[in-house]
Amino acid sequence: MAPLLELKNVTKTYSRGLINRTSNTALSNISLTIDEAEPTIMTVAGESGSGKTTLAMLLLGFTTPTSGTIFYKGKDISTLHGEKRMSFRREVQAVFQDPFAVFNPFYTVDHLLSVPIKKFKLAKTKAQARDKMDEALTAVGLRPDDILGRFPHQLSGGQRQRINVARALVLKPRLLIADEPVSMVDASLRANILETLRSLQRDHGVTIIYITHDLTTAYHISKSIIVLYRGGVMEAGDVDKVIKTPQHPYTRLLIDSIPWPDLSRRWGETELKAKEPEGGEKTTGCRFAPRCPYVMEQCKTPPPLFQLNRTQTASCFLYGANPELEPERLSELLPV
Amino acid sequence: MPPVLQVRDLQVSYYTDSGRARALDGVTLELNPGEKLGLVGESGSGKSTMALAMMRMIKPPGRIEGGQVIVGDTDLMALSEEGMRKSRLSKIAYIPQGAMNSLNPVLRIGAQMIDAIRAHNPSESRAGAQERCLSALESVDLKRGVYKMYAHELSGGMKQRVCIAISILMRPQVIIADEPTSALDVVTQRQVMETLDHIQHQLGCAIILIGHDMGLMAQFVDKVAVMYAGRLMELSSVREMFTDPKHPYAQALIRSLPSLENKGVFQGIPGLAPSLLRLPSGCAFNPRCTFVMDVCKSTVPAFLPLPPSERRVACHLYTTGDAEAMSVSTRAATPTEKV
Repeated sequence: MAPLLELKNVTKTYSRGLINRTSNTALSNISLTIDEAEPTIMTVAGESGSGKTTLAMLLLGFTTPTSGTIFYKGKDISTLHGEKRMSFRREVQAVFQDPFAVFNPFYTVDHLLSVPIKKFKLAKTKAQARDKMDEALTAVGLRPDDILGRFPHQLSGGQRQRINVARALVLKPRLLIADEPVSMVDASLRANILETLRSLQRDHGVTIIYITHDLTTAYHISKSIIVLYRGGVMEAGDVDKVIKTPQHPYTRLLIDSIPWPDLSRRWGETELKAKEPEGGEKTTGCRFAPRCPYVMEQCKTPPPLFQLNRTQTASCFLYGANPELEPERLSELLPV
Repeated sequence: MPPVLQVRDLQVSYYTDSGRARALDGVTLELNPGEKLGLVGESGSGKSTMALAMMRMIKPPGRIEGGQVIVGDTDLMALSEEGMRKSRLSKIAYIPQGAMNSLNPVLRIGAQMIDAIRAHNPSESRAGAQERCLSALESVDLKRGVYKMYAHELSGGMKQRVCIAISILMRPQVIIADEPTSALDVVTQRQVMETLDHIQHQLGCAIILIGHDMGLMAQFVDKVAVMYAGRLMELSSVREMFTDPKHPYAQALIRSLPSLENKGVFQGIPGLAPSLLRLPSGCAFNPRCTFVMDVCKSTVPAFLPLPPSERRVACHLYTTGDAEAMSVSTRAATPTEKV
């Protein structure tokens, strides 16, 4: 069976200027396959500017790659038309970061749920539409009677974010792209939303791509993880392995910088070489080299992915003795 | 050593069309020089109101309705408006939430720093003021060149550090940082927090860190105050808070923290934070509390010390149970563990 969504050597550069053209590579040579048969939760992690939101935009078809192709059920998404395009739009859904910004304050929250039902002609009668809304809201743990007919300002951030998930759910998507869905809600509500996402994957068979910079929640919710830095894959694999035994110096720095709510685990086990290089855009070698404590002569050439074990790979010459992994085969390492 | 900051029975209300919202209801705390206090709570619990009230920056429809904020030996609430203006930055400094977006985009960083100094000390020479700015920038680990730069030339973490540099220009005794790292990623967050730590050692000032990230608190502060619906629920040392939280809300908060051991277990706090307009009678936490008793629904628990430690808790579980027992005479009530 053809995979649901497939990225083949996708690169995205943003350029500006007419005469002195400068370009900025947001994502370079990423290949990724999302299979329909086995729903999973995959994390894409990285700091700001790592290209994680660009990846979300590409997957949703909001921007087009500079080079490379994105396939939806075997068809290039830039050539999709008519019915095919509608089904792509329906099956690939998103939940965004800010639960406050996506609502129109002039409409009740019903609007957010009823528009997609109308657009995709999911219901024949009003009663049927109402049933669908009820069903979706119940699935995310909200009581429809409490929610429908209310205005966004009458609801809490956590409720709004769950309505966003419900909106995606109404459409019965195959793939949900969640871009920092919990970074703006309180810690006590985070658990509820993450639990909702997980039940979506488990009970409704939706594959979720969880985009975040928060590795603690990533660890708890996902099966596999891809760590990005300046548009390149630094490390990827089984989330347990990557978080518990990080290998790439960047991942180690990231994990060591998490403020663990644990008094016995203090910051500062890894020496921090935090200073961003001044105007360090033009690095031909490893992107992380200017900050890396283990930088070597070799690092002036870009490191390929080295396969460390069955479910972990890192793009670093420290592991140069391991077999190389072609970027196209990255998805094979990610457990589902 | 006398405390550098004393907040006594601080009361703030917002008067809205639908009634009076008591955003702060009798908050009392003390801070010693060099101490770092974390103030945690859900959104809407009054953390930011607390910071603004201490700076006397509450705007209508909000009003400070009572209480004292004493820095050193000055009661800020008794100062004239002009006196308060002079005290901001020189006695007590505030780094607002999203401070990095508050830098003026059309002025150089240096000009904005000089501005702050001039406001307090118009007679200071240009060269002297500039030297002070440069050393402030250096102490937050920024290059001197930043002085001549514009805000857009700096990264988020650097802008946040510029804001810290501005806050220390007049050597305040207390710095209030309201979620200084909420928009930054973990590595930058760690740099900013390490900068704050370093500044605190250098100046010997006290820091109040406001936030909801318990992990950050564990790494940074000495004492944690848990706030709920405008009242302090518990004030403990960070060690006590993480190993043996007393208040049921604090316990739920600690339990909801993710760790590496119990993968996939999410424990939220059931229920929603109450609206400040319609607070439940008695203890504000009673509708969500698992240990709720009859007394919780009728009487607001006082914020009492819990001997022998220095911690304070506002919960009926730790008083003898009946309403009279909470009067001043039985303050030393023995803690009864009902878990």
